[in-house]
Amino acid sequence: MNSNEMTMPRAIIPDTPGFHARRRLKQEAWFLLFRGAVVINGLALFIILGYMVYYGLPAISWDFLTGQPTEGGMAGGIFPCIVGTFYLSIGSMALALPMGVAAAIYLHEYAKPGLFMRIIRLCISNLAGVPSVVFGLFGMAFFVAARDLGGLGMGVSIAAGCMTLAVLILPVIIGTSEEALRSVPDTYREASLGLGATKWQTIFKVVLPSALPGIMTGSILSISRAAGETAAIMFTAAASYNPTLPSSIFDEVMALPYQIYSLSVSSTNPEASLPLQYGTSLVLVTLVLGMNLIAIVIRSRMRKRLSQ
Amino acid sequence: MLSRKNKEKAIKIAFLLAASASIIALGLIMYFLINEALPTFLGFDAMGEHFEGVSFVDFIFGDKWKPVSENPQWGILPLIMGSVWVTILSSIIAIPLGIMTAIYLAEIAPNKVREIVKPMVELLASLPSVVIGFFGLVVVAPILLDMFEIRFGVNMLNASIMLAFMAVPTITSIAEDSIHSVPTELREGSLALGATRFETIRRVVLPASLSGLCTAVILGMSRSIGETMVVLMVAGGAARIPNSIFDPVRPMPASIAAEMGETSFGLEMHYFALFAIAMVLFMITFLFNLLADHIAHKYKQVGSASL
Repeated sequence: MNSNEMTMPRAIIPDTPGFHARRRLKQEAWFLLFRGAVVINGLALFIILGYMVYYGLPAISWDFLTGQPTEGGMAGGIFPCIVGTFYLSIGSMALALPMGVAAAIYLHEYAKPGLFMRIIRLCISNLAGVPSVVFGLFGMAFFVAARDLGGLGMGVSIAAGCMTLAVLILPVIIGTSEEALRSVPDTYREASLGLGATKWQTIFKVVLPSALPGIMTGSILSISRAAGETAAIMFTAAASYNPTLPSSIFDEVMALPYQIYSLSVSSTNPEASLPLQYGTSLVLVTLVLGMNLIAIVIRSRMRKRLSQ
Repeated sequence: MLSRKNKEKAIKIAFLLAASASIIALGLIMYFLINEALPTFLGFDAMGEHFEGVSFVDFIFGDKWKPVSENPQWGILPLIMGSVWVTILSSIIAIPLGIMTAIYLAEIAPNKVREIVKPMVELLASLPSVVIGFFGLVVVAPILLDMFEIRFGVNMLNASIMLAFMAVPTITSIAEDSIHSVPTELREGSLALGATRFETIRRVVLPASLSGLCTAVILGMSRSIGETMVVLMVAGGAARIPNSIFDPVRPMPASIAAEMGETSFGLEMHYFALFAIAMVLFMITFLFNLLADHIAHKYKQVGSASL
């Protein structure tokens, strides 16, 4: 539009009550739509949870949670899956946490903005965006494959699964730890440095303790992420049927998410084990959402404390 | 014993190494993908035989994916089109839903409602993909079969709906952050000129946060392309270029996950070809992420001055 043509005012903004009402109405209509979007999201969550609880709850019993699977996983309990998921998620967290926290400390406490920092950040965000099946293939070619094929020769095992998952959750841990470090006020650092402490002493004795709740949140979130991951453990750790508990970290394990997949898709008669699938899903969802809820509560408490 | 200064230096270097771990990890992933994918194109020797590679163009644009037939064909166009269509369809659902939710959270919701809705979105994001796939398989598929005259309940539409609900939280949280970071003065200025709240959102807040919204959409789509379990379980698995939204499709991640178990390690074309698909998939998500990063950096708002 040509700027010296002043045709705007009269034509577009008539000052009548009807026009005002129409603008208000338009606003209300759009706001209703926005609320509708939120309701759809909420419904999606509650419908999915509702189905899992309604059909899954009847399948759950003490024997189901603590029993061995029988008939090739088509009946019996899911204890080995729970144990497997526990090993995989705790193991991967234990591997990724020190690395991730250290990386976050470097990024937030030491690094100066510049090209190197930009590259590291780019790598972290790209690592977070790598499809989980690609992690699975990477783990297979690197950790699982025999040495003469260019891998580390761990075989399909807990160890290989944990390492693959550790790479997958590394960005989660770095992100949340950095947020935790950012929430520590600079005055803490200044006070400690002012008293003559070195940078490392300041970080270790002042900054890290204050950031601990945030770091804990991150580790809980990463455990829950690892626990629900399927594609990354398919070729690195998971066995579809292995009723005995693993005796070493070089054993294959059953895992909850892989169990759901293998029963519902690749078994010969998925209908027959449907209650079992719902029950397993309910257990997994409860674990994952429970951990997320805990993380959310810790974080909101932390934020409240900070804003005071 | 190290002097205090040297100790500090050593510690700094240790942290630097930890921070470089993500560069190393990404490098290793690329190395292994390329290393295992190359024999697809260059050919390889296995069990005393030489296998010819396929050309890159034939691989990408070939329209027949028949890895286990007598006369195997290695065209991944049907898989690429499967991924593309599923992603487009799920974005049509997820983008409006995610952005509208973000606008509601950042601009309209009272504090109390926000404190309930935000965790809800986070919980939706944390649902394991295998559970969403399972839900699509046992709940949504029969409903689709009832509603429409179709042969398969597991199809492109089903997969797209499920993927949409996985992409919505990603889009919502990034979009909300960017809307939230629009300076308050801009809103106040607009409201003071007599604009309604909606007019302010549409004409002032959304344009000001456009780069963040783009980042949100790109990352949401990148998540849909790479999501594996959902498309493995509910996309139908037919390696054909789809003609309708009710056709079963076989997106790239589904093909990799479904077939890798049947191949023998490093000995046959099928194995290398699956790695080549993974490499293509990786490159696509990598480009999406670079694009998102580029937009986020280039159009970064610094206060209200840069508008």
